This record gives sequence, structure tokens and C-alpha cells, in this order.
Amino acid sequence: MSGTPVLAIEHLTMRFGGLTAVSDLSLSARAREITAVIGPNGAGKTTLFNCITGFYRPTVGRLQLAHPDGARFLLERLPEFRIAREARVARTFQNVRLFAGMTVLENLLVAQHNTLMVASGFTVLGLFGGSAYARAEANAIDKGRYWLDRVGLSARADDPAGALPYGAQRRLEIARALCTDPVLLCLDEPAAGLNNRESAELNQFLLDIRHEHGASILLIEHDMGVVMEISDHIVVLDYGTKIADGAPREVRNDPKVIAAYLGVADENAEAAEAGL
Amino acid sequence: MPRESESSLRFDTLAALQDAATAALVATGLFILLIGIRTEQGPAGALVISTRFGLLAEIVAAVFVGRLLVRRVIWRSLTDAVGRMIPTRVNSVAAHLATYAAAAFLVSALIAPVVFYTNRYWLDLAILIVTYTMLGFGLNIVVGLAGLLDLGYVAFYAVGAYSYALIAQHFGLSFWICLPLAGMLAAVAGLLLGFPVLRLRGDYLAIVTLGFGEIIRLILLNWQDLTGGPNGISGIARPSFFGLPFSAADNGFAATFGLSYSPTHRVVFLYYLILALALMTNWVTLRLRRLPIGRAWEALREDEIACRALGINTTNTKLTAFAMGAMFGGFAGAFFATRQGFISPESFTFGESALVLAIVVLGGMGSQLGVAVAATVMLGGFELFREFEQFRMLIFGAAMVAIVIYRPRGLVSTRKPSVVLHKPTAIAAAIAQDARAEPAK
Repeated sequence: MSGTPVLAIEHLTMRFGGLTAVSDLSLSARAREITAVIGPNGAGKTTLFNCITGFYRPTVGRLQLAHPDGARFLLERLPEFRIAREARVARTFQNVRLFAGMTVLENLLVAQHNTLMVASGFTVLGLFGGSAYARAEANAIDKGRYWLDRVGLSARADDPAGALPYGAQRRLEIARALCTDPVLLCLDEPAAGLNNRESAELNQFLLDIRHEHGASILLIEHDMGVVMEISDHIVVLDYGTKIADGAPREVRNDPKVIAAYLGVADENAEAAEAGL
Repeated sequence: MPRESESSLRFDTLAALQDAATAALVATGLFILLIGIRTEQGPAGALVISTRFGLLAEIVAAVFVGRLLVRRVIWRSLTDAVGRMIPTRVNSVAAHLATYAAAAFLVSALIAPVVFYTNRYWLDLAILIVTYTMLGFGLNIVVGLAGLLDLGYVAFYAVGAYSYALIAQHFGLSFWICLPLAGMLAAVAGLLLGFPVLRLRGDYLAIVTLGFGEIIRLILLNWQDLTGGPNGISGIARPSFFGLPFSAADNGFAATFGLSYSPTHRVVFLYYLILALALMTNWVTLRLRRLPIGRAWEALREDEIACRALGINTTNTKLTAFAMGAMFGGFAGAFFATRQGFISPESFTFGESALVLAIVVLGGMGSQLGVAVAATVMLGGFELFREFEQFRMLIFGAAMVAIVIYRPRGLVSTRKPSVVLHKPTAIAAAIAQDARAEPAK
């Protein structure tokens, strides 16, 4: 399986009025791999995510998602909730978006809304207490419990999500995304605001779910420690265009990447440009 | 230590005096034109200015003393009391109490007509309270669960009432056939309102729904051919006891059951009818909360963008909330029409929407018990203070302010999770948390 692209983006351009946030970007993410998208602030990473998950409709471009069973989806044509429901792309947000007033477990059940909705006969059967729905709900709770165990939040299952500490909220958001059985998991800065220990745990967790569940992960991250340690493949954006694409080692030594992150002295700038 | 508290006490007194002086100053500014200076018609017909500075001084002094008292005595003891109540354990006790309160409420609702059998006034009041409770339950779905602020809820009440009246009059159908039809038509009205406002949130949504309520009322007022305009519709069929009319005739309810005829029979029947409708609404709402659709409503209230990212069709979710809330409003409307026998646009003004919304918000958004308590307190309170005619609104306002200060999230603000993982429930968890916190001290 490894090697086949799960997501292929071709010539993606996103303009907001006169501002071009992403310009003619092509990249692919392979199945069962962790692909990281990095770049300085304002490079267009989150815009790229919003295009993939349907929150923005791209100005130009084609985004094709392939399921393991061969089904293909053109993401630029689907509204965001169908991308999540049918193309099975799950995402987290840069500033955590949980259902703060609901309990941790309820958050995970909301993530399984579509499965449960069918089981409840679109509410009608569920209203009159069909046993099929009770079974489906028990399964959904089991699944929720499984992911809570994995992210270490079982003990707090019945607490309001908003009462969790920040690191736990981030983990819960990832668990919630995983409850949708995603084919592609998009994480927007999952390590932001985590301390070193939490960040190391997150690394291990992401590697584990890739091994055990064959998940393909697309990751935006500023924390180079996380990126270099767990990514199989890195794409570097700057000013909305791709400036590098490859394995972590190649990207780390790429002069254009270093220039974009650290800036360059004037005399070296031309050399860097010439090296294109 | 004592020295410190003494100085802080002195400081408190100083601050309180200052605060009272400010209040007195504000009162002077407010009342100087209202009370201090008056214009009266003189003997020659011209206006004469008369002054009442003495009265003004008395009122300002009263404000000063009152404010000082509030600040020094009442305020402090109340904040102390509330502060002592804050810890988590009280919430669990409240949750415990809520179960008993709900049971007590239900029992008293069931026996109310027996107790008040001879008192038509109290029976009518009870019917009114239960009607508003039902409206509150319906609006609670839209406002409390889905978090969509709807200021035009009375529109669905009106649609239900007029649907019932017109269908019953033109097609001669019985109440039990008209009731679901009225509910369905109101649900359609809910969908009609829902479509244009899908993209709106918060204040903007409130304004549009307010407009929708007015539009429906103006249509009822102006579509004379159908609705009779300002004259309304009269002679609406009264409900029968499953075919037996409440009349003194031989085939009437009383004669069939061998009772002597009494007009109270119908009132009692109406009471149990609306109570059954309200309980049904309550049951459906409680069930829906535990179903995926109910959780999606609550999730929508918490974060719409996250809902969409999880594959929830927010359009359908919002529309079902509007339609479901509207349907129950329509049922209540049909009941209102059959009870009154006469409806006109005057019964469906913005004031009704505001009252129902106040019941939901004061009761505690999303809480069924809270709605029932708030409806009883508000409508019962209105009647209780009827004797104090002119002070009624004053007391009402004071009660509102008190609730906003001491229970800003409504009378019943605890939210019961729709699903629990660990067997030892939330109550035990809260106590366990206390226990964990103890050794740390």
C-alpha cells in the first residue's frame, strides 16, 4: 500500500481578492505516511488545509483523494461536511475547537453522528426505542472509550471538555477526529502549546496510530523537533508556493529552506537564487 | 489579624458611603425633572411651574439609605451565602433535588384540577401556566439546545391556532385530526423561516426571527378573506371527549357517564389535554437529547465549524431544530384556539414571544424542569401580585435583576450529560474530586 498517493493536489491556487494565499501548488501525500507541511508564518499552510477540508473553495486546482478500496473523491467539488462524511478526511484546528459544554465522551459521540443517525433510523426508530439503536450507541461508546484509553483521558470521560487542561484538550480533539475513522487525518499544529514531555508523547501516539491503523496523516507544525522526528515526507511552503519537497534529511539541508526560515545575508541571496 | 480586618471594615464603610452618595447623585439627576419640577394647569388655563423639592429630597435620602443598606447588609450576606454554595458539591445536591422537584411538580400538576375543582379562576390559571410551559419546552429545543436565538416564536403559535381554526371550520374535522395537521403546518412554517436564516447567527438571527413573527401577525391582520383580519375567527369548535360533546344534551359527556352536567368538566378536560401535550413534548425532548440529533443540536450550539468538520450537515440539523420547535408551538396554538373558541391577531404579539423566551432563559437554557418552574413562577407571580396592580412590574423587574445577579445561567443551570461512561455518576465524581483536593491543603 505504501507509496500510493492518498491525496494528490494539482495546481492549487487560492486567492482572496487581490491576495494570493496559495499559488499553483502541487503536492501529494502517500498512504500510511506522515506528511508534514511546514513554512514560516503566513506561508499558506492553514489555507491549504482549509482547501483540502472544504472550508475554502479553491480558486483553481484539483484535489483528489483516493480510498484504499479505490474510491476517488474530487475534494474541490464537495462541501465540507461531505468531505468529512464521505471522503473521510478528518481535521483538527489550530485553536482547539471542542464542544466545551459537553462531556468528553459526548464529544466523541458527536463525531460518530452519521453512523448513529443511520442506526437511529434518522431519529424515528430511536425515538421509540429500537434495540438496533441501543446496540449502535453501545458500539459508539466502546469506540469512544478505546480512543480515550489511547490518549489517556478515560478517567475524565464524564467531565466537561472545556474543563480539561490545554494539552488534554488537544489530545481529545485528535481522538475526536479519529472517531470518524478517517482515511486522511489533517492535524493543524497539534504540538502547539504542549510541553516537551507532552510533545514527545504526541509523537509516539502519531507513530503508533500510523502503524496500527494504517492512518495517513497530514501535519502542519512549527515544532521542528516533532516534524523531523516523525515525518516521512516534508513539504515546505513560503509565500504560498512550494520551495522544497522530500525526506526530512534532504529538506533540512536545502539552502532555500534555510533561507526562508533564517533569512540570508545579501551576498548569499543571489547564490541561493542561482541555486534554483 | 484583627487590626487588618478592622481597617478593611473601615475601608468598606467608606466605600459603601461613597457608593451610596453616587447613587443619591444619580437619583437626583434622574428625579429632578420627574418629581422636583412639575407643570400644572393654572386657573387661567396657562401652565404653571410648581416645585416639589421636599419630596425630591425625601426620595434621594431614601435612595442613599437604601443603597447603603443593600451594600452593607444584604449584599454582603447574599454574596457570602452564594459563595458558600459555589463548591461542586452543591451542584450535585442540586441535581439530586432536581429529581425530587420534578416528581413533586408532576404530582402537583396531576392533582391540580382535583384541588381547584370548585375554583374556576385557579383552573384557568393552571391551564395558562401549562400552556406556557409547553411553549417553553418547544422554544427550548431551538434556543436551549440548538442555541438559535428565536424572537418570533409566537408566529408558530399563531400558525397552529389559525390552522386549527380554519381547518376545523371549513372542513369540519375533529380536534384530534386537526391537531397533527396544525403541528405539521407550523413545522412547515418553521422550515420556511429556517431556510433564509441558515447563515445567520446571534444578534442577526434574532432580528430576522423578530421580523418573521411580525410578518406572520401582519399577514393574519391583513388577509381578511381568509383570516377575518382584526375581527379574528370566532365560533371555533370546542373539543369533545373523544366524540362526546361537553354539553347538557342527552348524548353529552355528563349524561353518558351518569354525572350531573357541569361546565367545569370541559375545563378539567382542557387542563388534562394541555398537560398531556406538554408531557409529550417533554418526553420527546428528553428522548431527542439522547439521540444523535439532540447531541448534534447541542454541538451546533457549542461550535458550528467543528460540527461541519465532523461531517454533520448543519443545514439539516438547524432546520430540524426549527421545525421541531415550531411543531410543538403549533400544537400549543391549536390547543389555544380550541380553548378560547375565538382567536385574533391580538393574541400573537411580540410580547408573547418575549414572555416565552423569558421563561426559557430564566428557567435555565436547555433545562426542562427550569422551564416548568419559570413558567409557574412568572405567570403565577403575575396573578399573585395582581392586587398590587401598580407595583407588579416593579416586583417583576426586581425579580429579574435578582436572577441575573445570582443565577445568571437560569434557575436550573446544571446540565445532565446525555451519556455517562463510568458507573459512579457525576455526583460521586464531584465528591471524589473534593477528596483528592483535601490532602493537598
